[in-house]
Amino acid sequence: MDRVVGLASQRAVVIFSVSSCCMCYAIKTLFGELGCNPAIYELDEDPAGREMELALIRLIGKKKPVPAVFIGGRFVGLTEQVMSHHLGGTLVPLLRDAGALWL
Amino acid sequence: MEVTSPRTDTSTDADTDEKNQMFNDGQMVGLATSDCSDRSKEKTGDQKTLRRLAQNREAARKSRLRKKAYVQQLESSRLKLTNLEQELQRARQQGIFISGSGDQSHAANGNGALAFDIEYARWLEEQNRHISELRTAVNAHASDAELRIVVDGAMAQYDNIWKLKSNGAKSDVFHMLSGMWKTPAERCFLWLGGFRSSEILKLLANHLEPLTDQQLSSIRNLQQSSQQAEDALSQGMDALQQSLAETLASASPIGSGTSGNVANYMGQMAMAMGKLGTLENFLHQADNLRQQTLQQLHRILTTRQSARALLAIHDYLSRLRALSSLWLARPRE
Repeated sequence: MDRVVGLASQRAVVIFSVSSCCMCYAIKTLFGELGCNPAIYELDEDPAGREMELALIRLIGKKKPVPAVFIGGRFVGLTEQVMSHHLGGTLVPLLRDAGALWL
Repeated sequence: MEVTSPRTDTSTDADTDEKNQMFNDGQMVGLATSDCSDRSKEKTGDQKTLRRLAQNREAARKSRLRKKAYVQQLESSRLKLTNLEQELQRARQQGIFISGSGDQSHAANGNGALAFDIEYARWLEEQNRHISELRTAVNAHASDAELRIVVDGAMAQYDNIWKLKSNGAKSDVFHMLSGMWKTPAERCFLWLGGFRSSEILKLLANHLEPLTDQQLSSIRNLQQSSQQAEDALSQGMDALQQSLAETLASASPIGSGTSGNVANYMGQMAMAMGKLGTLENFLHQADNLRQQTLQQLHRILTTRQSARALLAIHDYLSRLRALSSLWLARPRE
């Protein structure tokens, strides 16, 4: 958990992902479209991946806890919450406040 | 095959006769007035009256046509629903769906698709009722409070479809994605098992005036966000397709025989199965986009504007469905 929290607070936007997960790919694409440069940690490629996955499962309560999006060190959600934020117009302000966007 | 309900037609004709009677009487009054006096003021009054009466006749005529079209649509949906229920009854009696192998698991999928189709036909009927109620309320210039109740009812009806589709995807995700439960013309515009929110917002642009600057900018932002979200999901689907193709292409041919190859084949197939499993999530996310778009729209607009928006969306989709019927009934060489 410490590792997850630690990594999450190092950059404005942090995404925990699995390299073969296509939904993670979709979310990464979305943040790219918004002009962000998120830090991405692939759980299946990280030596501490399994430990982080368990920590995320405990935090989120879902069997598949990816893509887990943290903005400004705080957990924002998985795909559904991120998409809902974006349609509600609250994602971009979150990104701006965290300093992830220049425009 | 035309299905007409005699009772309905009669009631329409009764309305017609009554209205014609009224207009005839009105016209008589107008003429009588002009005969009695030739003061210019009264003449202009007659012309206004005549014009108003003509406009009323026209409005009544249009209203009758709309009612007729609506009734026909209702009746064809009822017919479709009855047919589907009969099909399901037959399938149940036979115990197993007639498929190539008479496989039980195959039957489960077939029944899932059919079960959804039946629920969807019921939902469409229910939807027509809500929309009709909404149209009546709007045309009758109902108060905001009354309108809100009807609009909330219509919005809740939309919530039902997302639940239905979610259940449908659990039993047969490919049926949901194929859009075979929609009419042909609707399928033209199919995106991840449904309509594109960004397109819906585009078609609403002209139906919502007057909009405040705040509303205009909110709707523009909503359109842009839904476009971006749709693009992201589309790219995710492309990646899925790509990945699935690579997995299948790299599986060793099963005929090679060695246990290593068999294990590799099984492994690749297992991976491919896993990838197919994510389709349900993609469909769910796409439906979530649609639901969120409608909810955000409802939040941005006034009650009256929301009502008009819901009517505009329904009218557009109805036209698509009508187009499908015309297409299917077209004369062929």
